[in-house]
Amino acid sequence: MRALIKSEGRWITAAAALSLAVLLLGVVGLGRNPALVLRLMVSRVLLSPYGLGQTLYKTTTLIFTGLACALAFRCGLFNIGAEGQVYAGGFLMTAVGLALPGLPAVLLIPLLLVVSALGGGLWALLPGYLKAKRGAHEVITTMMMNFIALALTNYLVMARFHVPETIHTQELPAAASLPLAGAFARTFQGSAVNASLLVALALAAAVWYFLWRTPLGFELRAVGANPEAARSSGVPVESRLFLILVASGALAGLAGVNFILGYKHYFEQGFAAEEGFLGIAVALVAKNHPVGVVFAALLFALLSQAGLALNTVIPRELFEILQSAVIFIVVICQNRLGEKA
Amino acid sequence: MPSTAAIALRGIVKRYPRVIANDGVDLVVDKGTIHAVIGENGAGKSTLMKILYGMVRPDEGSIELAGRPVRFASPREAIAAGIGMVHQHFMLVRPLTVYENVVLGQEPGRALRWDRRQARSEVSRLSKEYGIAVDPEARVAELSVGEEQRVEILKVLYRGARTLILDEPTAVLTPGECEELFATLRRLKQAGSTILFISHKLKEVMALCDRVTVMRRGKTVGEKACAETSREELARLMVGDMEIAESKSSDFRYEAAPETALELESVCVAGPHGRRALSEISLSVAAGEILGVAGVEGNGQRELAQAVCGLLPYYGRIRRAGRAAYIPEDRHRCGLLLCAPAWENMLLGRHREREFSSPLSLDQAAIRRYGRALVSDFDLRPPDLEQRAAAFSGGNQQKIVVGRELSKSPRVLVAAHPTRGVDIGAAALIHDRILRAKAAGCGVLLISADLDELLALCDRIAVLYSGRLMGVLPRGQANLETLGRWMAGLEQA
Repeated sequence: MRALIKSEGRWITAAAALSLAVLLLGVVGLGRNPALVLRLMVSRVLLSPYGLGQTLYKTTTLIFTGLACALAFRCGLFNIGAEGQVYAGGFLMTAVGLALPGLPAVLLIPLLLVVSALGGGLWALLPGYLKAKRGAHEVITTMMMNFIALALTNYLVMARFHVPETIHTQELPAAASLPLAGAFARTFQGSAVNASLLVALALAAAVWYFLWRTPLGFELRAVGANPEAARSSGVPVESRLFLILVASGALAGLAGVNFILGYKHYFEQGFAAEEGFLGIAVALVAKNHPVGVVFAALLFALLSQAGLALNTVIPRELFEILQSAVIFIVVICQNRLGEKA
Repeated sequence: MPSTAAIALRGIVKRYPRVIANDGVDLVVDKGTIHAVIGENGAGKSTLMKILYGMVRPDEGSIELAGRPVRFASPREAIAAGIGMVHQHFMLVRPLTVYENVVLGQEPGRALRWDRRQARSEVSRLSKEYGIAVDPEARVAELSVGEEQRVEILKVLYRGARTLILDEPTAVLTPGECEELFATLRRLKQAGSTILFISHKLKEVMALCDRVTVMRRGKTVGEKACAETSREELARLMVGDMEIAESKSSDFRYEAAPETALELESVCVAGPHGRRALSEISLSVAAGEILGVAGVEGNGQRELAQAVCGLLPYYGRIRRAGRAAYIPEDRHRCGLLLCAPAWENMLLGRHREREFSSPLSLDQAAIRRYGRALVSDFDLRPPDLEQRAAAFSGGNQQKIVVGRELSKSPRVLVAAHPTRGVDIGAAALIHDRILRAKAAGCGVLLISADLDELLALCDRIAVLYSGRLMGVLPRGQANLETLGRWMAGLEQA
């Protein structure tokens, strides 16, 4: 395990270093001073409590969606429906939360966590069923479910739930709020990072334990590694494929917790803002390992936050290009490694 | 002495990291003949053909075409030299028409405007000249398998091939289509083409070919004129030295009452193209008995193994004394998680057992203990439980599979080619462990293409041919003549 963290860590450090090099090339290309950009990155993101807080807030969402993708990829299924599953989980959670105004926090928060996972899992139910029964390719089905989720939640919010003049629902009861980090550590005051980060970290540990320490997790990995061998050894492959997609959906469904329970307390149209798709990149950089996901999520969150913080100096589009560059670098390096293995 | 050989491959050696695919192979093919290359899977036929076609470069040896030494760096160069390959799996663009497929990559006309009319007339000329009946305007997607194959042959002829390599061309054909293919090939031969026919179906070889080269374990073990040999002789050459090996089996006896471990009653399995892969198989294996299943490959052995293990739907009845342990014929495809460490591979299929897990956790200590015991019992090298399965040699990979399956103390074992591609030491160890399982009361169904192995281990030997059970003989009465005849599909004497 320690060796694993070490190799994962080295891997992500390398990806970060390479992307930094690409960034500096871009900065020089734009005729800006790279030393200034670096100094600003450190001072406005890493050393600024607000910047750091925002980075950790973004990290939280990406851990959820990254875990969802990593679980599916590790088990041989390419779930690209995390985006839709985030909406489904977030919406169901909000609807249930609004319907239960009187519950105390100790009951409401665990309930809403379960409901959001349920919503995400529900959204993966159909792709999972079609994969297991009909062999329908999960890339197509989960992608279609993304469109449906976005359109459906947009409609439901506007038709039934929205507060006039806004694109979001009413706020959830106060009991449904997860505490902001700023409430405990003054440094983080004003930033959105909240207790969801702890949930995300616990979940990363849980996913690791599940995959590597339980017989069911072992079966799922075996199905991913070689379905024929798993079948020959008596593993019911089809039902496991179904389970993998639904579990992955449930993890993605939890991502809404960060925004809804931890930050804004309402469901807003388009709140996932492609974080579901970015989960694919996070999983890729993490080589589908839950521990790697935490660090890869941090890397992508840093890039995103740096783009915002330095927008006055260099265009934030450069950082968006950079995110794609990271993925390129990873894919190229992985293929290289794959050839040698 | 001037040679009339169209092709002469001499002393071809091709080594892969863990196996020698070709080990000093000689192949001489006379011009204007149909020459068969036969051998079991893994005997090295495909590698040899890939070398001739420029897809693989040999480590040693020479290739001569009509007496001239050549060296191909790619199939493109082989095609330019007049060699064409008809692959076993067709490489056609299904939405395009026949003539478009034939000329694809070498369209007549100029770069941006190719001459469809010339292409059409060229293709219909070829098809008339060689009597290959196929409509040039038809869409490939609408063709039958036999017709698709004709398009492949036309493709090769269009590129000016005078030597055609056909890689197991009849594997996908119905008997009627086979006859038509043979007629085409005979016409090509009359027109002066040289044909290399790769197969392991002896009947076809005898019916079609002039000469035959037999390969076994990467070597050429014989070359015969078809008129001067027999199917029995070829079968014997293919599967190896048929002298009855000293039986070790007698040392291993199961003394308890011989209840039935496995029983099949009229088992049928559907095959491709509406045919039967297995037809009315009835047999039984007693506890403490090894029943061997011999036969030329592809005669229903795989379906038999999978049906008994419950991996394939079947008609009829199969009764097992317990869950069947299964050593699959292809350890990479069905036996191992290649990217996973050895211990996970040893655990696969046993991970739900009380000994190793509760629903919420795997007992790491118990698993390692079991893994270490298996490592020492099977002399796994290197004795490293963390090493990925892919990094072990073939023999050690097979030890992992065999060890795992036998560790279940099964009452029924299906072992398909348990020592294929395995070095002699590992093979002996695997044989010993199978015999021990038998002595402990396991009923074993041992499928093998290696008669030596069957005769050394089995109490009785059955022969499969074309999905049917040709007969069963106790080892004492198993003579090579009868087995050979059955394997060749000849009825009981």
